[in-house]
Amino acid sequence: MQESAFSLTQDMTSPKHNLGDVLFKYTTMIFAVIVMSLILLMGFEMYEDSKPAIMKFGWGFLTGTTWDPVREAYGALPFIFGTVVSSAIALVIALPPSIGVAIFLSELAPPWMERPLSFLIELLAGIPSIVYGLWGIFVLVPWIRTSVEPVLSGTLGFLPIFRGAPYGFGMLAAGLILAVMVLPIVASISRDVLKSVPQTQREASLGVGATRWQSIRLILNDAKSGILGATLLGLGRAMGETMAVTMVIGNRPTVSYSLFDPGYTMASVIANEFTEATSDMYISALIEIALLLFVMTIIVNMLARLLVWSVTRSKR
Amino acid sequence: MSETSFVPSWQYYRRKFVGATMLALCYLSAVIAIVPLVLIFFYTIDRGVSYLNLDFFIQMPKPVGETGGGMANAIVGTLVLVATGSAIGLPIGILTGIYLAEFGNNKFAYFVRFMTDVLSGVPSIVAGVVAYGLVVVPMKHFSALAGGVAMAILMIPTVTRTTEEMIRLVPHSYREAALALGIPQWKTTMQIVVRTAFRGIITGILLSIARIAGETAPLLFTALGNRFWSTSLNQPIGSLTVFIYDYAKAPFEDWNNQAWTAALVLIILMSGLSLAVRAVTRSKYVQR
Repeated sequence: MQESAFSLTQDMTSPKHNLGDVLFKYTTMIFAVIVMSLILLMGFEMYEDSKPAIMKFGWGFLTGTTWDPVREAYGALPFIFGTVVSSAIALVIALPPSIGVAIFLSELAPPWMERPLSFLIELLAGIPSIVYGLWGIFVLVPWIRTSVEPVLSGTLGFLPIFRGAPYGFGMLAAGLILAVMVLPIVASISRDVLKSVPQTQREASLGVGATRWQSIRLILNDAKSGILGATLLGLGRAMGETMAVTMVIGNRPTVSYSLFDPGYTMASVIANEFTEATSDMYISALIEIALLLFVMTIIVNMLARLLVWSVTRSKR
Repeated sequence: MSETSFVPSWQYYRRKFVGATMLALCYLSAVIAIVPLVLIFFYTIDRGVSYLNLDFFIQMPKPVGETGGGMANAIVGTLVLVATGSAIGLPIGILTGIYLAEFGNNKFAYFVRFMTDVLSGVPSIVAGVVAYGLVVVPMKHFSALAGGVAMAILMIPTVTRTTEEMIRLVPHSYREAALALGIPQWKTTMQIVVRTAFRGIITGILLSIARIAGETAPLLFTALGNRFWSTSLNQPIGSLTVFIYDYAKAPFEDWNNQAWTAALVLIILMSGLSLAVRAVTRSKYVQR
């Protein structure tokens, strides 16, 4: 009481701006500036640290296929290839069930089922990457080696992507584990997007005699840019995922058509070789890979956010 | 009155059939989504529980070749790293969240919001590389501090956005009532609005702690790992996640088993935090 009376008099002396208010606003604003510039700081930091490699290899870094620290030859193509292919496999596998789950949660499930299921999906998203990796090494990889790869090469072996010796460790394992990790993200954001489609759309389509599914298709059509955004968010997550992939992909810097062959991703080469990098150029090349990965994920994430925002914000 | 009743055409059956099939597929995907969760939980409990005993929590790791021992130093290490990350990341995140919620109706704030969302998509390994450049290189050695900085970068987006969302949920009449009493705006914000949203903000903090406690990649070349007891910010420090990584790759069965136990501890911790968050968000003002 005392305090508020005091500030009341203070307010009367300067009716518009209390000094505390001004200080408070600008203090919090400074922190907002810090958060905003964090991205720039990160990019700048990595650019500075990777300058030796950028200067030496130029654009050839992106297309070089040799990664030989002994001869100081660094080309990032095998890693870019590995990141793109493993993420693509993950999305191809994870996308249909993710959208199915999103539809289920947003359109079909009764409330008593929706909440626990949403919670379980959140839990799945919260399992640490390293635990997925552990599970990948001891459960998924042996399963792929003994059950999945022999069957695939037996039935679809005429395709070059399903040829080769069944190691278990390889691109297929990485794609599968990424699919499991990406699913909850795509599913939960797609659910939010679907839920933001106005209820009148459902009522209108059901009212003119559409079946449940026809009505859902209309809603999907309304939400498609948001679902694309959710997919891109999943892609960004898959590209940056490190531990689980490092543990199952086999870590060999090659460009191979077969999904059974080992590969290497940008994130996993950094994780594997950073502490072992002895020369400055080696470190610099690894940081340049980090910078590339950073730029790629930022572009993907910016697109994704804009798409998701365009659906969930404009219709309110 | 004609006797012709409604005769469904083949299209009618077709759309019924397609509809039923697609809905069945949706139900099926809900099941598919849960299967990996069940598998991972079940397998981790199965493998991890046999080594889960008091030793795991209070013993130090044994030298190579000896079986037994625990991960006391790694558990403490994870706590030190999370505490360091929180000490740096929480103030920045919370104050930014307050700014966005209370003064955030301008272009600048929209841009900050956008950048925060983008920041949350930055791979954790990249945060590690940045912390390496910012802390490890100037200090010339790996340290818990560097790991903490990497974790702070990772927790800031979550804390910022949940703080903002939770503060926005506080009814506007609270602010008006306080301001009408002549309380300055900053006091209104800190003592009434933030206090009302406190539970929600705690939720955000718990979520972000859950996220960073499970991180491995940013620690590999910042905190590095340490098989010995250390709580110093100036020295390399062990963590549960890096131990799991090392022990999973090791050719000793005893170490593999301990990796599973550590994974189980981590999963219990995560699920516990998630449940705590659930309990907290059931409160009056924080309805999701």
